[in-house]
Amino acid sequence: MQFFFEVLVGGLLAGLMYSLVALGFVLIYKASGVFNFAQGAMVLFAALAFVTIVEHGVPFWAALLGTLLIMLVLAVAIERIALRPLVNRPPMTLFMATLGLSFVIEGLAQTLFGAQVHGLELGIEDVPITFAGVSASKLDLFAAGTAGALVLVLALLFNRTRLGLALRAVADDPLAALAIGVDLRRVWAVVWAVSGVVGLVAGLLWGARLGVQFSLSLIVLKALPVLIIGGLDSIAGTIVGGLLIGATEKLAEVYIGPAFGGGIENWFPYLLALGFLLIKPSGLFGEVRVERA
Amino acid sequence: MTGSSRSLTGGLSQRDSWRSMPRFVPWLALAVVAFVVLPFVGNDYLFSAVLIPFLVLSLAGLGLNILTGYTGQLSLGSAAFMAVGAFATYNFQLRIPALPLLVSVALGGLSASLVGVAFGLPSLRIKGFYLIVSTLAAQFFVEWVLTKFSWFSNDNSSGVITAPRLVVLGQDLSSPAGRYLLTLAIVSVLTLVAFNLLHSQTGRNWMAVRDMDTAARVLGIPIVRAKVQAFAVSSFYCGVAGALWAFAYLGTVEPHGFDLDRSFQVLFIVIIGGLGSLSGAFWGAAFIVLLPILLGNLASTFLSGIIEPGHVENLQKVVFGSLIIFFLIKEPEGIARLVRSIRHRLSIWPLEH
Repeated sequence: MQFFFEVLVGGLLAGLMYSLVALGFVLIYKASGVFNFAQGAMVLFAALAFVTIVEHGVPFWAALLGTLLIMLVLAVAIERIALRPLVNRPPMTLFMATLGLSFVIEGLAQTLFGAQVHGLELGIEDVPITFAGVSASKLDLFAAGTAGALVLVLALLFNRTRLGLALRAVADDPLAALAIGVDLRRVWAVVWAVSGVVGLVAGLLWGARLGVQFSLSLIVLKALPVLIIGGLDSIAGTIVGGLLIGATEKLAEVYIGPAFGGGIENWFPYLLALGFLLIKPSGLFGEVRVERA
Repeated sequence: MTGSSRSLTGGLSQRDSWRSMPRFVPWLALAVVAFVVLPFVGNDYLFSAVLIPFLVLSLAGLGLNILTGYTGQLSLGSAAFMAVGAFATYNFQLRIPALPLLVSVALGGLSASLVGVAFGLPSLRIKGFYLIVSTLAAQFFVEWVLTKFSWFSNDNSSGVITAPRLVVLGQDLSSPAGRYLLTLAIVSVLTLVAFNLLHSQTGRNWMAVRDMDTAARVLGIPIVRAKVQAFAVSSFYCGVAGALWAFAYLGTVEPHGFDLDRSFQVLFIVIIGGLGSLSGAFWGAAFIVLLPILLGNLASTFLSGIIEPGHVENLQKVVFGSLIIFFLIKEPEGIARLVRSIRHRLSIWPLEH
């Protein structure tokens, strides 16, 4: 039984790491209706930039600030070059543009910062600590705390500030938002910047776990089912989705996996998400859109 | 354009005769070049590295275009359906040796259809971006099944399958030119079928579903049938493309040859070529096949020594992504549209409005 709980806790915490990535998606979807496939590439870019700066002997906090600035510049550039000309195009077009964007960012990141694997030290060791007989990784706990804090801050930003109101207005109907004087360009730049910051946080934590390397951009594929179960436009949903996916994925890998010869973690979350969607087609907390012909 | 006033000028009568040329003539010319001229003048490099992948990817693009471009269902699982087609064809050939190659390929396509329908069924309830979960599930699940269960690759430990002998009606088509002709014939027939399908009631139903499925339902269009049909036909095309990719192009293939990157490649073909355009699949495929060759050559002539080879690949990625964004911004309807406007410009040149 204790083994079961350890697997469960490990899974729940790993799930929150997925939530961190999913959060970046939700932000952009919520504020612009864009399904941003480039989020994984942004995570990779942020982590690579940070590690490269640190390896040049820059102290931790200065490097963090530097990377933050880089991410802001990247976000504004994305808005200016790729998104602004695409205002009011169908969501599918914007999605495909972000696919192209992910290629550009990945290619740029590896050209600028090299393709080798970098180690990343956050000063938090990836060692287990034991509480009430169940042990969990310190890094995982820290990541979980960070994810929780981020969600809280972002939820406040969206629901309690004028900026949040503008973001939601733009997501709901860009044309109407423009008509009442919301500055679309500023809103988009802000939201991409924020998701760049979220990407940086995710990049640092995932980088500390896996090493900073190309495969970081693949965590997008881990985050997708989380995002879908929670609902594309629900900040709180990412946490619930992350917990659900993390726990079931690990439990399935341990208890069902051996029956199939293992390796099921690649597709199991997707089937799970599919199951959830068949019951609730807009995710658990996603906004249900009424359709009219 | 008003024809009567323009025919006053001399040059235009010629143009009018060009216009009155039966529509099938250019297509006939294209067919003659592709089927008769090219097999004689082409060399092995042209067949193996350019024409065969171009044709196969066009077919896959056509398949995805039916689903995404004409029916509006976004799919990130094209490579999975290609894989099913390839491995099913392989197994039909292996386990029923009496089966002619073309029948096996068709059965492989039908197997892909079945899998496609299975993963397409959620589309009846799930819409928009949520649907990519279903096709991504197909992508990862199929890859896993084909790697994990070695039965599919006749107990090859790494899941590699090798092409059967390519014999059609007693003709050995193993040479590059033969493989080209085999691919060309299959792709031509399937393109014609797709053309007719899209201009039939079925195709119009698909487009109605794409434009707005609630409205289509109100109009009495059977959207369940339309969606299932679209998944079935699209996956069939992808499946046949997969079989050709494995046997006519590569010769040997492993499940990871059909990974997510391949799905993206097919998606890019459709985007760049033109969503909802038959010729778009061909333009897109030509672009995708030729661009890396071109970039590779450019890099090796101009940048050799300046940039290491690893970086060329990254730069290629950047160029690729930028081009996709560029096309989406400047020409959302893809190269197909670009070609159409150029043709229009030429037809009124030099007397523009």
